[in-house]
Amino acid sequence: MHPAFSVIFFTVTSGAGYGLIALLCLLNFLYFGMLLDKSTFFICATVGSALFTMGLISSTFHLANPKNAWRAFMRFRTSWLAREGILAILFYPILFLYLFLVYIDFQIENFMFMQAYSFFIFLMSVLIIHCTGMIYACLKTIPQWNTFWTPINYITIGISLGSLILFFILDFNNYNVDPYKYYLLAAIAFSFFTKISYYISIRGSRHNIGQATNAAIKLKSTNVRLLDVGHTGGTFLTDEFGYKVAEKKLFRVKTFSIISGFLAPFTLIYIHSFVFESMLLCILAISLAFFGMVAERWLFFAQAKHVVNLYHGSQNV
Amino acid sequence: MRLGLVVDLDKCVGCSACAIACKQWNTSGTSGSLTDYRPYGADPSGVFFNRIRHYETGNYPDSKTVHFPMSCMHCEEAACVTVCPTGASYKREEDGIVLVDPEKCMGCNYCAWACPYGARELDREEGVMKKCTLCVDRIYDENLPKEERKPACVMTCPTTARYFGDFDDPNSEVSIVSRKRDGQELFPELGYKPVNQYLSPRKKVEIKQHEISEPNLVRKVKDWVNKVVEL
Repeated sequence: MHPAFSVIFFTVTSGAGYGLIALLCLLNFLYFGMLLDKSTFFICATVGSALFTMGLISSTFHLANPKNAWRAFMRFRTSWLAREGILAILFYPILFLYLFLVYIDFQIENFMFMQAYSFFIFLMSVLIIHCTGMIYACLKTIPQWNTFWTPINYITIGISLGSLILFFILDFNNYNVDPYKYYLLAAIAFSFFTKISYYISIRGSRHNIGQATNAAIKLKSTNVRLLDVGHTGGTFLTDEFGYKVAEKKLFRVKTFSIISGFLAPFTLIYIHSFVFESMLLCILAISLAFFGMVAERWLFFAQAKHVVNLYHGSQNV
Repeated sequence: MRLGLVVDLDKCVGCSACAIACKQWNTSGTSGSLTDYRPYGADPSGVFFNRIRHYETGNYPDSKTVHFPMSCMHCEEAACVTVCPTGASYKREEDGIVLVDPEKCMGCNYCAWACPYGARELDREEGVMKKCTLCVDRIYDENLPKEERKPACVMTCPTTARYFGDFDDPNSEVSIVSRKRDGQELFPELGYKPVNQYLSPRKKVEIKQHEISEPNLVRKVKDWVNKVVEL
């Protein structure tokens, strides 16, 4: 599949933004008012909102007809894209009301209500990332996406990026991050585990040219080869689905994304927490993680092969 | 009604007349235009509703070339309609034709991703998705004589390899021909229940392979005589 940069940027930043908000609200649910002072809380909330807003704006850049983008909420009963869109828009008033209630210290008299509200926002953020993943996972035409690992990856990576940012903001504001660093290392390790599981699950081809044509040609025992694709130049189909990358390049990008996205941040945070404390390591970890995740998302597209390629001469996808 | 096409792969000679007729009719039709990009440039490209690919199978003497026209299958469980967030993609209740409303389409390409047949193409100039309409602006046109109320591709096919009709009617031409010839659908395992059917090429007459055997005595004498005469 053709990797559109706007979509890569959208999925990475909005995932990180919702991941950060989810964690923030989970912290509030567990230790309301005890852990974070108000200013830190609002810094985190602003960073998170800015990230997912940037992502959502970027997602409209790949539309060929953006003036109709407002219609994208109409078919939420069947379309994961519409579900993602409608939840993302509903999230704004819900989050702003929550932030306002935190601002006026509403929890002092209505502690249980605010706890429930925090948990609700936590669930909603995770649900939005889940919807983003399901946009891709629901497509039976792209076997590399059509797996339950896809939304799990989106959620764990969003949470892991959000955790990194939260850790950085807390550490920067001289909070005691001792209990939090174990959680952060676990979150990065868990996202790494789910990504590796994804790579293992998509190994090997699942459809071949025989499946695409043999039903109609009915010469099941013999091989089918493309003789002529029937067009003299590139088409929408070859542009959108014919994206092919050399195996060597895929391997290089995969190696980079695993090292930069998971192993390096884990090591740097470990060193920062237990060996040698330096905010520089923390900043480096966040930057590397973001670059690694952009590479990971690029790979997610570049590796995906649409079944229409079978009609265009691929022997398998 | 469940309108659709039957393509006879035994009759199709891969002449692309259906693709041209489709382009000609539909470029000024309801889903027009079928935009061309750089039509006289070095790398021309453009929007088509119907594309013909050519395949070869087997090895001599069982080899065969198969011409394979593909357009929208007007699936009963159309994934393109399911995934469309705007409601621009829809399937008509009355005849099962899958259409795009260009007034609603935002050009996100999601329906094209969901289609396993490559039936949808984005018009980059108009910014909306385009696809086969089964010539909806032709088949109901009462100004046309009855025998011409068919999709342009079916009308033009010089070998009558294409049939058009209602699959819900067991006595329609498409139902009869697809029953008789065991019509096949593409990618049945994806579960989208495509309406269009393909008639497989019938088994060819086996070509006898002549084995070259040791020449017998009569043959040897004849060869000798021929040689002498030639001298």
